[in-house]
Order: sequence, then structure tokens, then C-alpha cells
Amino acid sequence: MTANALEHPGINLGSTDSLTHAEAESPVFGFWVFLMSDAVIFALLFAIYGTTMHAVAGGPTSHDVLDLKSSFLETIVLLTSSFTFGMASLAMKYDDGNRRLLVGWLAVTLALGLGFLALELHDFYSMASMGAVPQRSGFLSAFFALVSTHGLHVTAGSLWILVMMTQVGVFGLQPAVKTRIMRLGLFWHFLDIVWVGIFSVVYLQGIL
Amino acid sequence: MTETAGIWHLILGNLGYDALPTYSPVAATGASVVLLGALTLAVLITWLGKWKYLWSGWLTSVDHKRIGIMYVIVSLVMLSRGVIEGVMMRTQQAVAIQSPGYLSPDHFGQLFSTHGTIMIFFMAMPFLTGLINYAMPLQIGARDVRFPLLNAISLWLTAAGAALVMVSLVLGKFSTGGWSGYPPYTEMSYQPGVGPDYWIWALTLSSIGTTLTGLNFAVTIYKERAPGMTFFRMPLFTWTALCASILMVFAMPPLTVATLLLALDRYLDMHFFTNALGGNMMNFANLFWLFGHPEVYILILPAFGVFSSVFATFSSKRLYGYTSLVYATMCIAVLSFTVWLHHFFTMGQSPTINAAFGAATMLIGIPTGVKIYDWMLTMYRGRVRFTVPLLFSLSFILLFVIGGLTGIILATPPADFMVHNTVFLVAHFHNVLIPGLLFGMIAGYQYWFPKAFGFRLNEKWGRIAVALWTSGFILAFMPLYILGMEGMPRRTQEILQLQFTPYLLVAGAGALLLLGGLISLFVQLWISVRERHENPAPLGDPWGGRSLEWATPSPPPEYNFFTLPTVQDRDAFMWMKEHDLAYQAAPHYQDILMPRNSATPLVIGVAGFFCAFGLVWHIWWMAGAGFVLAWAAVIARSFVRNTTRRIPAREVQQAHRDWLHDIAGSRPIPRDEELTTRNLGLAEITP
Repeated sequence: MTANALEHPGINLGSTDSLTHAEAESPVFGFWVFLMSDAVIFALLFAIYGTTMHAVAGGPTSHDVLDLKSSFLETIVLLTSSFTFGMASLAMKYDDGNRRLLVGWLAVTLALGLGFLALELHDFYSMASMGAVPQRSGFLSAFFALVSTHGLHVTAGSLWILVMMTQVGVFGLQPAVKTRIMRLGLFWHFLDIVWVGIFSVVYLQGIL
Repeated sequence: MTETAGIWHLILGNLGYDALPTYSPVAATGASVVLLGALTLAVLITWLGKWKYLWSGWLTSVDHKRIGIMYVIVSLVMLSRGVIEGVMMRTQQAVAIQSPGYLSPDHFGQLFSTHGTIMIFFMAMPFLTGLINYAMPLQIGARDVRFPLLNAISLWLTAAGAALVMVSLVLGKFSTGGWSGYPPYTEMSYQPGVGPDYWIWALTLSSIGTTLTGLNFAVTIYKERAPGMTFFRMPLFTWTALCASILMVFAMPPLTVATLLLALDRYLDMHFFTNALGGNMMNFANLFWLFGHPEVYILILPAFGVFSSVFATFSSKRLYGYTSLVYATMCIAVLSFTVWLHHFFTMGQSPTINAAFGAATMLIGIPTGVKIYDWMLTMYRGRVRFTVPLLFSLSFILLFVIGGLTGIILATPPADFMVHNTVFLVAHFHNVLIPGLLFGMIAGYQYWFPKAFGFRLNEKWGRIAVALWTSGFILAFMPLYILGMEGMPRRTQEILQLQFTPYLLVAGAGALLLLGGLISLFVQLWISVRERHENPAPLGDPWGGRSLEWATPSPPPEYNFFTLPTVQDRDAFMWMKEHDLAYQAAPHYQDILMPRNSATPLVIGVAGFFCAFGLVWHIWWMAGAGFVLAWAAVIARSFVRNTTRRIPAREVQQAHRDWLHDIAGSRPIPRDEELTTRNLGLAEITP
């Protein structure tokens, strides 16, 4: 098959590294299938949130406890991290052999991911101090389930970035390492898209 | 609490002596059987000195054929427990008429919960996953599934879930909330014990395994087909495997979400499905059946695929209406996502919504009906041989139609209101799942057994099994239709109406026949293994097969095909035979890269089991350690470089030459002699 027949959504390595490009075909396709399945999980958590967002049981409402400033800052941090991951992908594709650039962009992405998590934990902490704990009402249970599932994904993604930085150091840019970084990229951008949904549905809808 | 008690609680959580099944002699017997069975197996393996063989040949294997066989073994073990539980419940209802019978209400509640959970998640799912695993890569001309390691991980996660259900027989009690586990009854306030937790974590393990399986199969079918194997040349079994896989990818996540949110309710006191503080159990009903209805078609579609293979092969005819069967399969797969609400017509929606879902449900009858006609027309003027797989398939056609018709009755909301929650429903879903799913799986097992092991199963005991399963099914479930119309509620531990007696006695007798059917399958296996030298079929094609899995020796080599076939026709192997290309040496052979064995999947399965067990009993250190170990194994595996093994071309060529030599020295067998000892697996080509 020609390199052109093997295109897939996302960054393709066909023009710079046809060997890895051919090897990436099935794993990347498989990872898209996984992401579809993961998207179903988020879709359902959104649906649960949608049906219980008014079930506050006399407790705090979204107006009382959600913080627009903080969630906007989180959005900026996470979107920026998607941009920096894009830079990492480009470094991997075009600056072959320049591992330092790739690892550097991955490190920046990791820092932003951890920063996002820190901000989110701070949000949770301040909510808890207002009595807005997940045990309080159906609304808060659904809120914490949706937002923390995203947070757990970011945590897993951060761990994955750490593993890939190590693997770039240990193995260099072997095809297996490259295709993993491609999949990690899909994962990271996917989390960004989910966050845009959370910011719109949970924070904007809940506060404005 | 004293200080020592505190330490013990830290180590063992809620686990104590009171977890042992001393509450009833029946439960204690069940626990002893499980323990004795496990112990006997371990002693037997040690005595035979087979641990090393088991470890390197099976437990660490990533070969799709071995994984498929292990799935079927798990399934047969769980089938045995499920059937025994069914017989116990039928016996209880036959004797507990105006008397308490021999099972307490609580124990009866556990039985119908484990029976349903086991039959769906740990019998049916592993069975169909096992058959797809075995046959599908061979049918599309692939050397393995696309992600062999992931395949093994799925197997061990499913096995861990099954093990958890088995452990629940020995330690603690299972849920009494039924296989669908509806809250709020399964919430902490009604069932504070470990029962629902066993249910939650067993299902979570297996649903994650199944999602990954679906992903793996779908990618395999999209990306690994042999040259020339276009979509419309794929055997119908592969088509059904593809549709079932897509359903798995999309339908298993709702189950995972439902069980995990219920776990959050139970463990962290949240309010998704509770009565108070804004919980809403309807969300659970929707989540569960968003999974549950597509699940019905995950179960039935692969069985339809088996029937398609069996009817065509044992009629020596091309499958009739192939294209319509493919479209019917796709229609069913799509429609399966549009009908989930018919599982709870009575739970308060408007009549308009009920009507819409009722109509959608009836629509499914159309593609299914198309299939029935296609199978009958496949047999029409074919050269039909009444072998065991075909007999199971015929029994399926006759009985499944009845189940389909009662399904149409239930799809009519007003009729559903009348018989809902009665044994009419129990009769209906057993009517589609036993003749539909289970007969299909058993037919597939009988059909592919010679491929997997190189010898045929005993025909006489197979026929006895057909007779017992069919008659047992009719006697056990047809009376339930009548009882349901009379208003007998399902899941009843004690019956007050004397007039139900005759029907319940007949149903009880039918259950005993079904037990006989199970036993005859094991007798058949035992006799066939003992007499394996009388029924050998090592040359690979005992039935005059039409698809590529028969183009290999039996059992096939690890790499499946000596050279990858080029597909020219829908009945790929039949075309090769007719054009004298089936048994030709290749001009040149290539080295084959195959994945190496790995212990990682087993480690993940064991770690998953202990994580779940720790969660059930609140042994937090164990749950945490299991979770960390499973992920550590994944990360550690990503650092392993040397994951493939090269099989030299010379070795492949020699194996191929040996096989061709045996073929050349054998007589092609006409279909009349199919069931004789002369059938070594080389079929005569008849025009």
C-alpha cells in the first residue's frame, strides 16, 4: 500500500518517516476506537449531570459554589497545554533526532497539566469548605463525578507524558515510541475537547 | 473496638469468620464443591507435572486460538454452575407450593441474581468471545488478532470477574438484587452487606475486558483481512463478529458507568440513585438498559453467524441471500440502540414514548425474519446432513420463532403492562437465549471442535445432547408462558396458588432434562477425548468447509497459514478447492514474526482480581496494591523491547510440505462418509 492510502485523522508521519507511518496505522486507528468508547463514558456523565443539575436537595446550587474566574483560568491553562503538545508533535515529526526539543515541549505540557490539576484541586477544596461535598446532593454527586473523571484522565495523561519522556530518553525515537506519542497526543487533545464541554455545560451554564 | 481488633480490621477489612456460608447447608455444600473442585484441579495438575506446560503453553499465551479455547473453558465451567442454579430454582418452585421448600428467601434471591449474572456475563459473553477469537482471524486469513497482548488482557480481566463470582460462593453472600441490580434496593440502606459489591466489581472487570475485546476484534477485521478479502467476501460469522464488536465498543461503557456510579453511592455515600437528596434511580434504569439492550444483540448476532456457517456447510450450498443477511445484521445492530426503553414500559413514561419504543422493537422482527427465511432457503435442495451442529440449528429455528413472537407480544406496551414482571417474561428471554444464543454457541463448539483439536466429537452423545436440550427447554419454559398469563410473578420463592402445581412440576422436570443435556455434553467430551484416535481429522477439512479456517491443518500452526491466502470469492476455501489451489506448495516462503508469550496479562488479571476483592471487603491496602500493580504492569510492559519471535521460512516450508504429503496420501471423503472413521479431514469436491 502507498503511504497515501494510510492516512488517519491527526498528525501523519508519511512525509518524514514512512516506516513509522506504516506501523502507526493500526494502533492509531485502534486508539481512535478507544477514544470513541471513552467519549461514550463522558457523554453519559454529561447526561447524568444534565438530569440532576437542579436536584440540589436544598443544598448549594451551581450559582453558590462554582467559580467562573478559576474555571476560566483552568480553561486557558489546558488549552495552552494542547498547543504545547502540538508543538511537541511537530518537533517529533520535523526535527528528527532533536530529542531535546521534543522532551522540552512535553515537559512544558506536563507542567501545564499539573498546573491545571492543582487549580482544580484548589476549586474542590474551596467548594468543600462551603459545604459543597459530593455527599450533599444529586447535583454535587454528578458534578464531582463528571469533573473528577476528566481530572483523573488528565492525571493518567500526565503520568503517560512522564513515561514517554523517559522512553524518548531510553530508546530514542524508535517507531514504537513515536506511535505512542501520537496516541498520547490524541488522548491529550481529546481531554481538551471534553473540558470545553465541561466549561460550557457545567460552568458557563451554571453561573451565567 | 479494642486495639487488636483495629489492626485486624486494617488487614482484613470486613472479612471475618461470619463470612463463611454457615447460614444454610445448601450454601455450605456449594462452597465446599467450589473449594474441592479448585483443590482437586490443583492436585491433579501437580500430580501430572503439568504446571510448566500450563504456564508456557496456556497461561502466558497470546495466541488467539489458545485464548479462544480458554474463554470457552471459562464459559463451560460457569455454564455448569448456572445450570445447577437454574435447576435448584425450578426444583424449589416445584416443591414450595404452599410450603417454604428447601431454599430460604434470601438464598433464593442470591440464586436468581448469580444465575442471571453468570449466564450473561460469564457464560454467554466468554463463549461467544471464545468462538470469535478462535474462528474469526482464521476466516479473514490473518495470523492473529491485531493486538494479541490486549486480547490476553481481556481474557484475564474476564476470568478475574468470573473468579470473583465463584469466590462469592465461599466468602460472604451475593447480591439479591437480580442480574440487573436495580437501586435503590442495591443501595447501602437496603443491602449493607457485600453482595451488591461482588456484583458491581465482577461486572466492572468483565465490562472493561469486553470493551477492549470489541476494540480488538473491530480493528482486526478492518485492518488484518487477507488480500482480496473485501467486506462483501467476509464469511457471515465475521460480519456478525464485526457488528457485535462495534456494539461492545459502544454499549459496554454505559454498564461501566452504571456500576461505578452505584459504587460511588455505596462507598462514598453519594446520591446518584438513592431515594433521598436528589438521587434518581431512573438514571440507572436508562444507563443499564442502554447497555442491556445492545447486549442482547452482542449475544445473539455471533450465534446467527454460527448458524449461517452451519447451514451452508451441512447443506453443501452457498449461503442463500448473503447480502440480505449482511444488511439484516447491520440493521439489527443499529436498531438495537433504539429500543432500550422497552425494558421498563411500566416505569412512568408517556404513552407516546412507549409507543415509539414499542414500534422500534417490532421493527427488529423484520431483519430477523429475513434471516430465518435465508437459512431455510439455504437448506432448500441442498445436500443436508443431520449432524449435531445442524440438529442444534434446526432446533433453534423452530423454537426461536416462538420466542420472537412472544417478543412481539411484549413489545406492545398494553400487553406488556399485563404480563410484566411475571414468568411470561422469564419464558420469553429464555426462549430467545437458550435456543438462540446457547444452541448457537454449542453448535459452534461442535462445528469448530475438530479444527481446534484435530479430532471430531462423538456423534451419538451429541445427538443425545440435542434431544435433552431441546425437550428440556420445551418442558421447562413453555409452562412458564401459561403461568405468566395466569399472573405468576417472577422470582417467587414460595407459591401460594395450588392450581399452578402441574405446570411447575412439568417445568421442574424440564429443568432436570436440561441438567441431563449439560451432563451429556461433558460425557460427549470425555468419550471423544478417550476415543480420539478413532475420530481423527488432522488434515483440517472434515465437513467440506467453505471458509478459510478449513484451509489449514487441524489444529492449525501457531501462525495459522503457511502463506497468506489470496481471496477470490465469498466462499474463499471452496473456490480454492474447486480450482485445485487449496493444497499447493508455495513458490517461496517467508519468515513469520509472531508475538512472544507474556506474563503481563495474567499479572493484570490477578491484580485486578485482588483490587476488586479488596474493594468488596473494604481491605483498602489490597485494593490499592492491586490497582497500582495492574498499572505498573502496563507501564513495565511498555519498556519491554523484544516482543516478537521469528519463525524461519525453512520451518514453515517443512511443516507445509509434511501436511501436503499427508494430504496427497489420503483419499478425499464423500459426504456420505463424513461421520465415519475414514474421514481424516480431506473432503471430496462435488460440483
